[in-house]
Amino acid sequence: MKTIGIERAIEMIPDGASLMIGGFMAVGTPEPLIDELVRQGRRELTVIANDTAMPGVGIGKLIAAKRVRKVVASHIGLNPQTQQQMIDGTLEVELVPQGTLIERIRAGGFGLGGILTATGVGTLAEEGKRRIEVAGRPFLLELPIRADFALVNAKIADYYGNLAYALTARNFNPVIAMAADCVLVCAENIVPVGVIPPDQVVTPGPVVDYLISH
Amino acid sequence: MDAQNLIGRRIAQELRDGMLVNLGIGIPTLVANHLPPGVHVYFQSENGLLGTGPVPEQGMAHPDLTDAGGRPVTALPGACTFDSAMSFGLIRGGHLDMTVLGGLQVDEHGLLANWMIPGKMVPGMGGAMDLVSGARRVVVAMQHCAKGKSKVVERCSLPLTSIRPIDLLVTELAVFAFPDGRATLLETAPGVTVHAVRAATEAQFTVSPAVRPMSLD
Repeated sequence: MKTIGIERAIEMIPDGASLMIGGFMAVGTPEPLIDELVRQGRRELTVIANDTAMPGVGIGKLIAAKRVRKVVASHIGLNPQTQQQMIDGTLEVELVPQGTLIERIRAGGFGLGGILTATGVGTLAEEGKRRIEVAGRPFLLELPIRADFALVNAKIADYYGNLAYALTARNFNPVIAMAADCVLVCAENIVPVGVIPPDQVVTPGPVVDYLISH
Repeated sequence: MDAQNLIGRRIAQELRDGMLVNLGIGIPTLVANHLPPGVHVYFQSENGLLGTGPVPEQGMAHPDLTDAGGRPVTALPGACTFDSAMSFGLIRGGHLDMTVLGGLQVDEHGLLANWMIPGKMVPGMGGAMDLVSGARRVVVAMQHCAKGKSKVVERCSLPLTSIRPIDLLVTELAVFAFPDGRATLLETAPGVTVHAVRAATEAQFTVSPAVRPMSLD
């Protein structure tokens, strides 16, 4: 059985850990895990996610509590606190084009040595990267990303860890579930094994390490 | 009609039945309000929705059904949802017929800057670099000037979004295309002369021999 209480789950995460967190403007973010990280005082975290949401919501709670040392994201424009901490020099921010970010995470989880994309060629996003020509077209070599933990939000989970997602709450969740050493899942509903039809399962159970019990 | 809706209405004339289209934030969102009758297009929200419908009625918002700004939307019959890898596969893979984006500057070669002002505003590029690099057609919706200064410039002073030139620029004064990487004036807004466009524009541009008034329906 993969279920675990939320306190014990977050106790596994040390200060300084790298976390991939699902969600797009906090939609599809496992809020209870964020709240427990804040409550237990975890700090010096590296957060890899699409964005940092808004103050007081989702990842914005970790930013507001100054628990994050580094953010790797595609967009921080709707969270002025992230921008302020970046300007103050207390928070390192690495901005990555959204399609490149998700593919770098996918590469990390799918056993690839990197991906080639035309996105960012000739822009600031090219800095420090190798350019590779394929059939006469320039591409950037983008390297894989992995994390110590993935914090995943799902609509439905069964006790094997099979996951299905809701509408636009899916976003980064199934991809980060492949790319971390330890995968923690917060599901809205936990159902008996066999309830989710096999062809509705998006994330296969074996990649999930722990399911947060209700 | 105000300047923003004029731009939105003109860009809506570019939509064809069956197109897959991504609208950026700001003026581009207004394009959906001016869809010509009988034209059915699929709007994509890059957070993972194809078939985005209008804002839900009061009390009908679903917390797991949102647009790329995190605001509630609806899904039209036939809509589908997917993860971010699929969403950007649609964008980069040549499946997206058109993207409409806002702009900070467009230069006379059709290069776009729209994601940061160094030292002032660093929101991040989000999906903009992928959209400009990957969409089949890139249309920019932008006010012609800001604080009296032309945003249609000789050369972008702000960091570029992509080295791929845009296809069409629509402002409240004019419509430009960029054949062979050179700005060409195609249309002028109602009541605006070619001379007035030139006076308001920093970029050099050629005037199409077929230049005509902006078509709004």
